[in-house]
Amino acid sequence: MRIAVVGAGMAGARFAQQYRALGGEAELTLYGAEPRGPYNRVLLADVLAGRYDPEAIALPYGPQVTLRTGGEVLGLDVVRGELHLATGESAGYDQLVLATGANPVLPALRGLHGPDGLKAGVHAFRTLADCARLAEDAGGAERAVVIGGGVLGVSAARALAALGLLVEIVHQAPYLIDRHLDEEAGRALRGGLAELGVVSYPGNRARALHGGDRVTGVELASGYLLDTDLVVLACGVRPRTALAHAAGLTVRDGIVIDDRLATSAPDVHAIGDCAEHRGTVHGLSGPAWEQADLLAARLAGADPEAHYTGSRPLARLSAGPLEYAAFGEVGEGLPGTDVLRLADPTRGSYKKLVLRGDRLVGGILLGDLATVGALTRAYERDDPLPADPLSLLTTRS
Amino acid sequence: MTMTDTHCPYCSLQCGMRLAAPAAGAAAQVLERPEFPVNRGALCGKGQSAASLLDPGLRLTTPLVRERRGGELRAASWDLALDRVAAGLKAVGERYGREAVAVFGGGGLTNEKGYLLGKFARVVLRTPNIDYNGRFCMSSAAAAHKAAFGLDRGLPFPLTDIARADCVILVGGNPAETMPPALRYFRELRERGGTLIVVDPRRTRTAEQADLHLQPVPGTDLALALGLLHLAIADRRLDADFIAERTSGFEPARSAAMAHWPERVERLTGIAVSQLRSALDLFAGAEKAIVLTARGPEQQSKGTDTVGAWINLCLALGKAGREGSGYGCLTGQGNGQGGREHGQKADQLPGYRSIVDPAARAHIARVWGVDEAGLPGPGRSAYELLDTLGTEGGARAMLLMGSNPVVSAPRAAHVTERLRALDFLAVSDVVLSETAQLADVVLPAAQWAEETGTLTNLEGRVILRQAALSAPEGVRTDLAVLHGLAARLGTPKGFPADPEEVFEELRRASAGGQADYAGISYDRIRAEDGVFWPCPTGAHPGTPRLFLDRFATPDGRARFVPVSYRPAAEEPDAEYPLYLTTGRVLAQYQSGAQTRRVPELNRAAPGPFVELHPQLAERLGVAEGQSLAVTSRRGRAVAPARVTDTVRPDTVFMPFHWGGAGRANSLTNPALDPTSRMPEFKVCAVRVERVR
Ligand SMILES: Cc1cc2nc3c(=O)[nH]c(=O)nc-3n(C[C@H](O)[C@H](O)[C@H](O)COP(=O)(O)OP(=O)(O)OC[C@H]3O[C@@H](n4cnc5c(N)ncnc54)[C@H](O)[C@@H]3O)c2cc1C
Repeated sequence: MRIAVVGAGMAGARFAQQYRALGGEAELTLYGAEPRGPYNRVLLADVLAGRYDPEAIALPYGPQVTLRTGGEVLGLDVVRGELHLATGESAGYDQLVLATGANPVLPALRGLHGPDGLKAGVHAFRTLADCARLAEDAGGAERAVVIGGGVLGVSAARALAALGLLVEIVHQAPYLIDRHLDEEAGRALRGGLAELGVVSYPGNRARALHGGDRVTGVELASGYLLDTDLVVLACGVRPRTALAHAAGLTVRDGIVIDDRLATSAPDVHAIGDCAEHRGTVHGLSGPAWEQADLLAARLAGADPEAHYTGSRPLARLSAGPLEYAAFGEVGEGLPGTDVLRLADPTRGSYKKLVLRGDRLVGGILLGDLATVGALTRAYERDDPLPADPLSLLTTRS
Repeated sequence: MTMTDTHCPYCSLQCGMRLAAPAAGAAAQVLERPEFPVNRGALCGKGQSAASLLDPGLRLTTPLVRERRGGELRAASWDLALDRVAAGLKAVGERYGREAVAVFGGGGLTNEKGYLLGKFARVVLRTPNIDYNGRFCMSSAAAAHKAAFGLDRGLPFPLTDIARADCVILVGGNPAETMPPALRYFRELRERGGTLIVVDPRRTRTAEQADLHLQPVPGTDLALALGLLHLAIADRRLDADFIAERTSGFEPARSAAMAHWPERVERLTGIAVSQLRSALDLFAGAEKAIVLTARGPEQQSKGTDTVGAWINLCLALGKAGREGSGYGCLTGQGNGQGGREHGQKADQLPGYRSIVDPAARAHIARVWGVDEAGLPGPGRSAYELLDTLGTEGGARAMLLMGSNPVVSAPRAAHVTERLRALDFLAVSDVVLSETAQLADVVLPAAQWAEETGTLTNLEGRVILRQAALSAPEGVRTDLAVLHGLAARLGTPKGFPADPEEVFEELRRASAGGQADYAGISYDRIRAEDGVFWPCPTGAHPGTPRLFLDRFATPDGRARFVPVSYRPAAEEPDAEYPLYLTTGRVLAQYQSGAQTRRVPELNRAAPGPFVELHPQLAERLGVAEGQSLAVTSRRGRAVAPARVTDTVRPDTVFMPFHWGGAGRANSLTNPALDPTSRMPEFKVCAVRVERVR
C-alpha cells in the first residue's frame, strides 16, 4: 500500500511518525512545499527571539518515510488516485492525507505590495523562511509594527521586543486576543506588554502602508501615522484548500471532514489547519496532532474504528513574565452559566472560570498559572468539578 | 549466645544487622551493626522486627502433599514430597514435552539459589521456561540501562553519592516508606544545601521532604522527562563536549524532544510550565546531579522508554559517567539485582550473559559440563509464562520458589485461574502463602537467618547473609531441595546443597561476563563489607563506580534513545473515569507473605485501603473508613476509604500487599512493555463506588 501525505508541516510529520510508531507498514511519502523538512512551527516566535537555533526545532517524522521537500503538489486526481508534482511527475497513492495547513491572511491595505510581492520590510509570519527574513530585517531596525493583536501577533511582538525593537501592535478588535480572552484579561495583557516595551492600539484599524521601495509607516483608519522600519502581518490564517477545491472535494472554510477524518472523496483524508470538522477549523497544534494520531491509528490498523469527536483546545503563552492560558467560552451572559472571577491587580493576575453546572465551559488564567495543570485537564476531560471550584483557582498554601 | 553479622531479609538495601541467637528455645534478637556502610546501624520497623519471622509457630515445618485434585494438603515426609515433585515434573515433561515444565523464581532468593535454579531448569529439566518475579520489579530499568550504557547495574555508584550530590531527581520512588534507612542520604543531601526533586502522583512522605514536588498525571513521567530535555535544549544548557565525546545518537533524541515543548508537556502531565522550568534550572545548574527512578515510572507498558528518557536528560547535560553524577534505579526486592544476573531470567545465563550469544552458551556449557547444543534457548517472560499456564502450548507443571504471584502478579484473578489449571504445582516457601495454598506439594523452606548465601544489593555490592541459627526441625533449604530433586531426576552431581560450594561455581560461571564475580569470595565479602561487581580477580578491588572512563558499549559511548511519549495502555474514559495507581506502605513488604505474619507490622498496617482525594470523596459521598468498591475491566476490589489530599483528585491509590477481597492486583492491567515485558502495575482505569 502507498500512503501519500501532502504537506510536511506539523500535522503531516506527526501523522507519519505515529503511523510508523503504531506499526503501519505502507510505503509512506511526505510532500512538502517548504525547502526544509518538518519542524515545530509553534516555536517560531522563540526562534525569532533567538532562543532556539533554527536547526534545533526539526521534528521527527518516523523511519522509512520518503520526504520530498521544496515542491508544491500542484494537482490531485481523486479518480485515478494521483498527485501531480511541481517537477511534472505524477505519483500514485492508495490513501491520501491532506495536511496543507494554512496561509496567512493578507489584509486589505493600500501600499501592501511592492513590485515583487509584499513591499520590502513587510513580513508574513508562518514559516521558518519568513522567520529568517524577519530576523534579518529586524537586525537593522529600531521600530516594528505588528498588524493584528491575536495569539500570533502578541507572540511576534514579544519576540521583536526581546530583540530590542520598539514594537507597536495595531488591533482592530476592542481588546487583544479577543478570540480567547475577555476584555479585562485583554486589558491586563496590554498592560503587561507595555512593561515589556510593546505599545498596543486596540480598536484601531490599519488602512495603508507608507513608503516607496520600503515601508516607512503604518497609517491607521483614524488618520494617525505610526513610523516604522518593518511591519509584521498577523491578521489570522486561512486554510490552504486550493488543491482540494480544484480536485472537487467539499470545501467550506476548510476541507470538510467527517468523524473518520475522511473528506468527500474516497481514500482522501484531511487533518490539521486545512481541515474543517463539524464546522470548526481549529488552527492550533493540539487538535492537529489529535487528528494526526487518530488517523494514524486508523490507517495503521491499531484502531481502525477510531472516531474523532472534536478537540477542546487551549491557547497558551508561557514565555517570560507574560503568561496566560485560555480555553473554551469565556464570554459572560451565556445562558445557564455561572462566572467565577478572581483579580489581583497588585500581583498582576486575573483568573476566570465559566461554569455550567459542575462542568467547565471556559476559563482564563493570566499572570498566575499555578493551577493551570488541574484546570486544563478538567476542561479537556470534561471532568465534574469539586463543589467549591475556587480551589481550582488557588493553590494549597 | 552467638552473634552473627548478617543482613535484613527484606528490601534491596540489604541493611547490615547483627543477630543474637541465644541458646535453643529462646527467640533471636536483631541488633545494630553500625560499621556496615550502607545503613550505618539504622534499621526500619521491618528490619527491627525481622526475628519474628523465625517463630516456628508462624511457619511451615513439614512438607504438605495433596493426594488428589480437590483434596486437602496433608503433612508428608520429605522423601515422599520430593518423590512427588520429581514424578509430577517428569510426568508432564514426558506427556507434553520438556517445555511444558516451568520454573518460577524470585528476586528475594540468594544468588546461589537463583543460579542453581537456572541451572536446574536448563540442565535437569532442560526447559527454556524459567522466569521470575523480578520482571515485575526492575526489568524496565534494566532494559534501559543496557540500551544506554551497555550494562545494567541498578546504581552505578554507591548510595553515599546521593548525599554528596547537589541535586537529585527521584522519580516514582518512596524510600521514606519502602527503604527508610536510605532516607538519611536524601536528608544529608539537603543539609548540605543540595536540592531534592520528587516526581510522584502522590505527595508521599518522601515527597513531603522535597524542595520541589512534581505531581504528574499517572503514566506521564515519559512526557515529563522529554519536556525537561526540550527545555535543556531551548535554554542552551546542553553539555556539548560531553555529548560529542562520550555519547552517540543525540540527533534523533533531540528531534524527539522537539515534539515535547513545555506547553504540550504541561497539558499531558498536568505540571505547570513554571514548575518544569524550576526543575530544569535546579538540575542543570547542579554540579553533581543524579536521577533515580523506582517502580513508578518503570512499572508501565512504556517503562523502558520512560527510563530511557530520564537517561537522555542526564546524558544531554553531561550528568553521567563522572564521579558524583549519573542515573540509577532504586531496585526493590532484596536480591532484585543479583536475581537477574545469574540465570533466573528467561533470556539470560550466569554473569549477565545473553542466552542467545554462542560464546556465552559455550562458556556456560563448559562450566556445567554439558553439551552446548542441549542448552535451551530463551523462554517466556514472567507474565506470559503465567498467562499461558495450563493452556495449549503453555506450561503444565511448575516449580515455584520465593514468589507469591496470586497476590503480586497483575490481573491476579486470572493468574490464579491459570495456576489452578496446572497439572502439577510445587511451591517452596517459608509460610503457606496464597500461592502455596494452590500447590500439589508444598516444601517448607529455610529462611534468611537459617542459611548462608550472597545477595547483590541495589548498589551492585555483593553481600553475605550468614546463617545465625539452625532451621527448625522439618525445614530444608532451597539448595537442598534442588539437590534432592536433581538426584531424583537423574543428575546426582552438580547440585551441591552447600552455598559456598555453589558460589564457587557461580564465580567460575560469571567469569568474563558483565556481572563478573570471579574475584569475589565469602572471605573477601566478610573482610570488605561487601564487594562491588565487576570484580574479575582476587586482586581487583571491585568497582564501586562504573563508567568513569568509558561506558560498557562496544564503542565506549553512552547511547541516546529516540523515545516519544505515548499514553498508558488504558486511559480513563466515561465508564472507568479514574486512574488507579498501586504501591507499598511502610510496615508491609511485597505480597505480605512475610510481613503480614508479624504482629507489630500488622498492627501498624492491618489491611488494604483505597486512598482518594477529599474532592473525589465528596463527589462519591464517602467518608473515611467507608467501604469502597474499585472496579476495572479485569476485576473488583473492596477496601475502606482513606481520604487524603496527598493524592491527585483524578487518581486513587491502593497498596498491593494483600490478597482476598482487597487485592489491588485484581484490578491492574497486564499490558506489557514491548522490551522489558514489564506489566503496567502503576496505571489503569477504574471506577469507584460506595458499597452499602
Ligand atoms: C508563529 C506561530 C506560532 C504558533 N503558536 C502556536 C501555539 O502556541 N500553539 C498552537 O497550538 N499553535 C500554534 N501555532 C499554530 C500551529 O503552528 C498550527 O496549528 C500547526 O502548524 C498546524 O499544522 P498543519 O500541519 O496543519 O499546518 P502547517 O504546520 O502549516 O503545515 C502545512 C505544510 O503544508 C505545506 N503545503 C501546503 N500546501 C502544499 C502542497 N500543495 N504541496 C506540498 N506542501 C504543501 C506547507 O508548506 C506547510 O509546510 C502557531 C503558528 C505560528 C505560525
